Amino acid sequence: MAFISGVGNTRYGKIEGSTTMGLAATAAQAALADAGLEPRDIDGLLTGYATTMPHIMLATVIAERFGIRPAYAHALQAGGATGVAMAMLAKILVDSGRCRAVLIVAAENRASGQSRDQSIQTLAQAGHPDYEVPYGATIPAYYGLLAARYMHQFGVTDRDLAELAVVMRRHAGRHPDAHLRTPISLDEVMASKPIALPLRLLDCCPVSDGGIAAVITRDPTASARVRIRGAGQAHFHQHISCARDWADMGAKASADRALADAGMQLAEMNYLAVYDSFTITLAMLLEEIGFVRRAGAGEAARAGRFEIGGDLPLNTHGGLLSFGHCGVGGGLAHLVEAQRQLAGRADDRQVRNATVGFVHGDGGVMSSHVSMVLERV
Amino acid sequence: MTQATASSADPIARDWWAGVAEGRIGYEVCADCGTAQFYPRGHCTACGSARVEVRPAAGTGTIFSITVVHRPPSAALQPFAPYAIALVDLDEGVRLMAHADPALGIGARVRATFVTFGDRTITRFVAA
Repeated sequence: MAFISGVGNTRYGKIEGSTTMGLAATAAQAALADAGLEPRDIDGLLTGYATTMPHIMLATVIAERFGIRPAYAHALQAGGATGVAMAMLAKILVDSGRCRAVLIVAAENRASGQSRDQSIQTLAQAGHPDYEVPYGATIPAYYGLLAARYMHQFGVTDRDLAELAVVMRRHAGRHPDAHLRTPISLDEVMASKPIALPLRLLDCCPVSDGGIAAVITRDPTASARVRIRGAGQAHFHQHISCARDWADMGAKASADRALADAGMQLAEMNYLAVYDSFTITLAMLLEEIGFVRRAGAGEAARAGRFEIGGDLPLNTHGGLLSFGHCGVGGGLAHLVEAQRQLAGRADDRQVRNATVGFVHGDGGVMSSHVSMVLERV
Repeated sequence: MTQATASSADPIARDWWAGVAEGRIGYEVCADCGTAQFYPRGHCTACGSARVEVRPAAGTGTIFSITVVHRPPSAALQPFAPYAIALVDLDEGVRLMAHADPALGIGARVRATFVTFGDRTITRFVAA
């Protein structure tokens, strides 16, 4: 079995003077301390990438900086799904007997380490360099295309999407490490400046600095008994121009594989950690996977279903939309919060009776999907 | 980031943009199985055949989705903002990204025009 035995994070936000390596080290130390392990106990290390620190072998850079000599180490790249993909590979390594304790760590000074234009241009490269990027496309533009079509096809409204931003911000207000904690209203979301219509500023996640880590172990440690029960992936396209069926982007295929791996049903999930780079991302994922009906995410938010006391508590750390997005660490934060919830250590965000968590990461433009089922044991 | 015409490493892409500069939207058709595809790749993604030929599209189609970009990626493109990026289903059965009249909606019938954007000529769809 693979247990998420320790987690740790820096605060997310604009942290002047921060570096990718410094943020990684701080998060890794916190995760190891949480797991009650020493650096010498770590025999596997997985990381992702940092746009502010491109490197051909980031995992060993982190290992050396941190002072460990793992038996297995390399980086992964699956865009926003990288964090959950790292946890999935850690589970595979631990289950196979290859490793006893795998450190997964993601960090980037994405906000303070580059200009806003640099960040927007770098991320736009998720699009096709020859057939998309030249049109002045940006990540919000790709998701703006998603939003316009999805709203048209299923009857989703601007207000439905705005509801999700309001919920994420309310959750972030309860997390001391969140980037954006000031409450926002539905009207403020609707009145925020246009970015790539129909998406407005408050439909979009911020660019943050931050670091986050977890330790996946073969044996449970004293601090938390949360195991990875199952995982799955799906990859149907890279570029939004090439996505064929917009009602079937791969999210459900990925979720179904994770549920089958876990031997569980969707209805058994009682804590949700779902990627939310934009409000439309969250709506589409929740609806395609089947947690709510098509065009039902907004009404579910209005009904309070995603609140801490709701029947589908969702991203209680505030998600990418408000906890913040520092790249790979943005998507890993969903998993870390799920671990804290299932371990009963989410402080005043604690969901009662959270025992089975569903985690979903999305990379690119609904391109790479990784899903995971966590369980308190 | 708008210099891909000159800087693209892909000769197929360079040829395609050279076509656009002359008012021609190319797409590929497989000589073996007849499948039409975009973007051009030099092989058929349906059957794997390397016998694909580039044909010029009529330039007519339907808006599949459209977004209006108010925040461009660079200062160089700021003078063009706001601009609309659309996915257009061409009548030949392929989908491509291009610019479009921001007033257009999903489902609108469109025809291609060619305009300057940044340092290159791009396709911009307007009401047919």
